[in-house]
Amino acid sequence: MLAKQASTTAPARPRSRSWLRRHRQQVQTVLTYLLLCAGAVVLMVPFFWMLSTSLKTLDEVNVWPIKWIPSKLMWTNYVDVFQRVPFARYMLNSLVLAAGGIIGSLISSSLAGFGFSRLRFPGRDALFFVNLTVLMLPTWAVIVPHFIMFNAIHWLDTYLPIIVPSFFGNAFYIFLFRQYFLGIPTELEDAARIDGCGTFRIFVQIFLPLSAPVIATVAIFAFFYYWNDLIYPLVYLRSQLNFPVSLGLRMFQQANMGIIDYPRMMAAAVLSLIPCVALFTVAQRLFIQGVVMTGVEK
Amino acid sequence: MNLPKTKMAIREAREGYLFILPWIIGYLVFRLGPLLFSFLLSFTNFKGAGMPDWIGIQNYQYMFTQDPRFLDSLRATFLFVGGFLPLSLIFGLAVAVLMNQQVRGITVFRAIYYLPSVTTGVAVAMLWQFVFHKQYGVLNAILSLIGVRRIGWLVDPQWVMPAFIIMALWGIGGTMIIYLAGLQAIPTELYEAASIDGANRAQQFGSITLPMLSPTIFFNLVTGLIGAFQIFENAYIMTSGGPNYATYFFGLNIYYTAFRSLQFGYASTLAWILFLIIITLTLLVFGTSRRWVYYAGAKLG
Repeated sequence: MLAKQASTTAPARPRSRSWLRRHRQQVQTVLTYLLLCAGAVVLMVPFFWMLSTSLKTLDEVNVWPIKWIPSKLMWTNYVDVFQRVPFARYMLNSLVLAAGGIIGSLISSSLAGFGFSRLRFPGRDALFFVNLTVLMLPTWAVIVPHFIMFNAIHWLDTYLPIIVPSFFGNAFYIFLFRQYFLGIPTELEDAARIDGCGTFRIFVQIFLPLSAPVIATVAIFAFFYYWNDLIYPLVYLRSQLNFPVSLGLRMFQQANMGIIDYPRMMAAAVLSLIPCVALFTVAQRLFIQGVVMTGVEK
Repeated sequence: MNLPKTKMAIREAREGYLFILPWIIGYLVFRLGPLLFSFLLSFTNFKGAGMPDWIGIQNYQYMFTQDPRFLDSLRATFLFVGGFLPLSLIFGLAVAVLMNQQVRGITVFRAIYYLPSVTTGVAVAMLWQFVFHKQYGVLNAILSLIGVRRIGWLVDPQWVMPAFIIMALWGIGGTMIIYLAGLQAIPTELYEAASIDGANRAQQFGSITLPMLSPTIFFNLVTGLIGAFQIFENAYIMTSGGPNYATYFFGLNIYYTAFRSLQFGYASTLAWILFLIIITLTLLVFGTSRRWVYYAGAKLG
């Protein structure tokens, strides 16, 4: 590949220059790759360490110098995770939370995003600005009142305090939907209106089918959020069988006679990350473009 | 305010309010209402049961004059934000410039660099807990290759903040990807014109890239600021606020005060101070933005 590039770029450069000058392009490419690979290795070391530890025996974890690769791959660690705690149940619970959160976020945020972008009403832009200020509001500023409120209506230890608010819009997702809807040409809408189509039908039958990228982006963001979230489950949930993965993982932090079982803890961590990594791998392109689409200019 | 005049406009306005109605309800019930409620609570000694007693500004007095934990969490939070935020802005940009190189396979690298930022939460905190392990952790193992003695990353008050910053920098993929979008939005003609005028790479970066990227830097600064002040999970999992309260961040303080000690009133006082700090700093950043954020041409969207 380098030779091919050299043959196309070399004639353009004067031959009298030094070697470095003549091969500047190639040297730069090689350096770029070196840097890219070095960074990638550094970023991947923690993941590798997690995988490697998850397949070790407890004895092999507590050695110095460290062992990079287990001498025997202990796949049974992964089986133990499910036997020691109801891990399958935790995964299922997380899935329920994520599904509820995604559905709520998609419905409420797409509706509000449409209202803020395609319909005119007094105070619209001011209200949208109010929506953006919500991004500045820390979870911590409202969590105590939320707790008191949900306690008063006996919602504690259920998923309602986590899922129900998602049906009332999320500032960032509304922003994403609004930006996307602004980019859809008005001609389609106008044509549909002339045909006597109502606003809600225009939203459902014209805008939503055109919005696959933003719908997918919001769904993925919401999945990561609800799958990983610790704060709300920590505050609202009590019984073990209601725990999502984020809370269930903490069971592995408890030391048994002063020793933390790192191999099984890492095996549980790997299991909990698999859905995120898998989703990211499948939707990676769309995901990165989705973020790109957010329009930082605003 | 222009009130709608025609029948159609009135109808459109009504529909507009209907579309955003869930959001309006959500804003009042889950945002504005609780925020005001917590302001009221901050003047009480409410403990989660019975009627709250109005105690005036006693919570605020206690916080500013007596509570050592308040100072701990203030120090820890500001140290973290002050260390992490500038580094994340600089590293994020450097990595984004690297990711913007037109070399084969760059999309694979983009995915690899972005991946850590989508894996967050408890699992990642646990993974880092073992990376930082003093006796058997991989970080000390690598450092020992260059003769560095074992560092107590999570047990030494001197080293725990660097550890948290390193860990947070691992996840700057989100910052990076937004920078990348900003870089790709810069018209290439600008660079072509500059190189015809004889500007070298460094000059081009200083006179084209940075000014054109200033809205993106601004965006990353504001979102990074708001996010970094709320740090919680990593400390909750890895250190529980220790050693010696060195990572007793504001979020942790509020959580423990409210849900371990059941001091709902005092936790609301702390929460309001955190809220005011974030709002003040954000407004300060917005205030300076006129001086350094450059918007090319008409605003998009």
